[in-house]
Amino acid sequence: MPQLLKVRNLQTQFFARDSIVKAVDGVSFDLNEGETLALVGESGCGKSVTAMSILRLIPNPPGKIVGGEIFFQGRDLLKISEDEVRDIRGNDIAMVFQEPMTSLNPSLTIGRQISEPMEVHKGITLKKGLLRAKDLLGKVNIAAPERRIHDYPHQFSGGMRQRAMIAMGLGCNPKLIIADEPTTALDVTVQAQLLELMKNLTREYGTALILITHNLGVVARYADRVNVMYAGRIVEKGTAHEIYDDPRHPYTIGLLKSVPQLDQDVKTRLVPVRGQPPDLSKVPEGCAFYPRCDFATERCRKESPVLETVSGNHEKACWIDVK
Amino acid sequence: MRENFVTVDHNSDKGSFMTDGTTSATHSRDAAAASSLQTEEGPNNTVVPKARGFTADFFIRLFREKPLGAFGGIIVLILLLTGIFADVLAPFGFNEMSPLNRLKMPSLEHLMGTDQLGRDMLSRIIYGARLSVIVGLAATTLSTIISVFIGVTSGFIGGKFDMYIQRLVDAWMIFPALVMLIVFVSVFGPGMWTIIIILGIQYGIGGSRIIRGATMSTKENMYIRAADSIGASVPRILVRHILPNIMAPIIVIFTTRIAAVILSEATLSFLGLGIPAPAPSWGGMLSGAGRAFMLKAPHLALFPGLALTIVVYGVNIFGDAARDLLDPRLRGGLGSYSGKK
Repeated sequence: MPQLLKVRNLQTQFFARDSIVKAVDGVSFDLNEGETLALVGESGCGKSVTAMSILRLIPNPPGKIVGGEIFFQGRDLLKISEDEVRDIRGNDIAMVFQEPMTSLNPSLTIGRQISEPMEVHKGITLKKGLLRAKDLLGKVNIAAPERRIHDYPHQFSGGMRQRAMIAMGLGCNPKLIIADEPTTALDVTVQAQLLELMKNLTREYGTALILITHNLGVVARYADRVNVMYAGRIVEKGTAHEIYDDPRHPYTIGLLKSVPQLDQDVKTRLVPVRGQPPDLSKVPEGCAFYPRCDFATERCRKESPVLETVSGNHEKACWIDVK
Repeated sequence: MRENFVTVDHNSDKGSFMTDGTTSATHSRDAAAASSLQTEEGPNNTVVPKARGFTADFFIRLFREKPLGAFGGIIVLILLLTGIFADVLAPFGFNEMSPLNRLKMPSLEHLMGTDQLGRDMLSRIIYGARLSVIVGLAATTLSTIISVFIGVTSGFIGGKFDMYIQRLVDAWMIFPALVMLIVFVSVFGPGMWTIIIILGIQYGIGGSRIIRGATMSTKENMYIRAADSIGASVPRILVRHILPNIMAPIIVIFTTRIAAVILSEATLSFLGLGIPAPAPSWGGMLSGAGRAFMLKAPHLALFPGLALTIVVYGVNIFGDAARDLLDPRLRGGLGSYSGKK
């Protein structure tokens, strides 16, 4: 499949008064058309910032993309003008935000909001936009969409709002949808429905998906490939299978151990990853995971590991050969 | 009723918009997606119309949910109609003197009596309504436009620009409003349009603070970021995403300002700096004849004062109700003071 997105050595930093927060520190990954990629990691590990950087939505100040390249269909998004980026936003790359409760405008009807990206990019009228909005709401399984497009967001439940956000994202037939923890604010049954819906729709439209999540169950089921992030870097990448069945980075192993499993004995204790994620304004030299790692050696404290191939496309950034 | 009904022969234009404006490389994929959509549309190609038009809905809800607000609305309506049809309604001219009938108490011929020059008070009150309507609406509209313009740009752009603009606003607000008004009137001379422009600027600059604050808190919302993420331009974000969400303070500013402007005009006229005699300004009537003959003929002060009080009260409660009804976030009876849900 042709390559859609190529991120190389992306560095995004936030400048506080007396410190620099390296939120994303040299992230590289590829994404093919129609593929689903999961970015996994704890809160504050740079997942969302990576996603925001792709669309150049980092608020500046205080944030800034200080280095790297983001090729989208061969074009470096970091080199084009603001107007050109605006053409891509919502049109070629759509974003679904974390909080459906707050990411819809409370003063506009759902229909108008779904229609808006199409008005902006395809130059259609509100009338036609509303018709499309109705179709799209039907697509995301909202009953009676012809009436619901006149509703305001507060008349929708959380799950319905997130569906409306997805409908909004699909409007212009984007090549890529970035979903930033799309199910975090929803309850479990709705989560499953929504992810199923997203998977079906992206498959139907051939849309690539970057799924940002900290839910490893989600990853296993819906992602083709997985990037595990820690402290602004990718520490392990591979197919969902490889990450699950054969994790090689101590952090990935720790994450997997901390997920409850239904087939476990009731009395089995979960093993959390001990300690806290590092303060990104003062990441220690050497491996960022070193203070929390059970396998750490002297070398880990001094030298920062780089991604190296395990097998095929499976890569890890760790000095130790953990099995 | 306004029609929100949408009918489109929609199968014909569907494919065209999907392929419009896309590059040739993506052409086939979009077309395929469009056709896949088409197959699922089925026979139902229309959108159900909204139950009622927006304006009709507003007035029905006003009477049903906000009876007090509706009462205010009626007062406002009466004021408007009185202003518009003053020529028809007034039994005498506003400056028609009748030296024989000076300072008459209210009677059947002169329902509100006559003033010291024998002019019919009712006619003067009616013509005064016209003046108040013109001054009130024009100055308030001007001031709201100024407030929104300064407030939204300053609040949205932020940073240094905001800092400079706000220091200018500070500088302006240091001077007491009345002193500013008096200075301007004495420089430019009294007259209706001078008053309108001065009051418009005066209230406009002061009110911009409120709009700026509302803009700053609104722009931090996630949906503004979401609007950014769909590629909306800055003007579009301002007009479609910021403005509707700061409508509540704008309406409140507008309605409270109408009352304040009418009062300010009355104040200026009371001080002799307003619209010059013989124009029948309520404030002027209070100050001139009303004060001089207060003991001898109290109706000269009573009726203009009553007119002012009733109008200001009516405008305020109507504005409050309108704010509650127009803000979609408050829909469903929240914030209702009528006790009804």
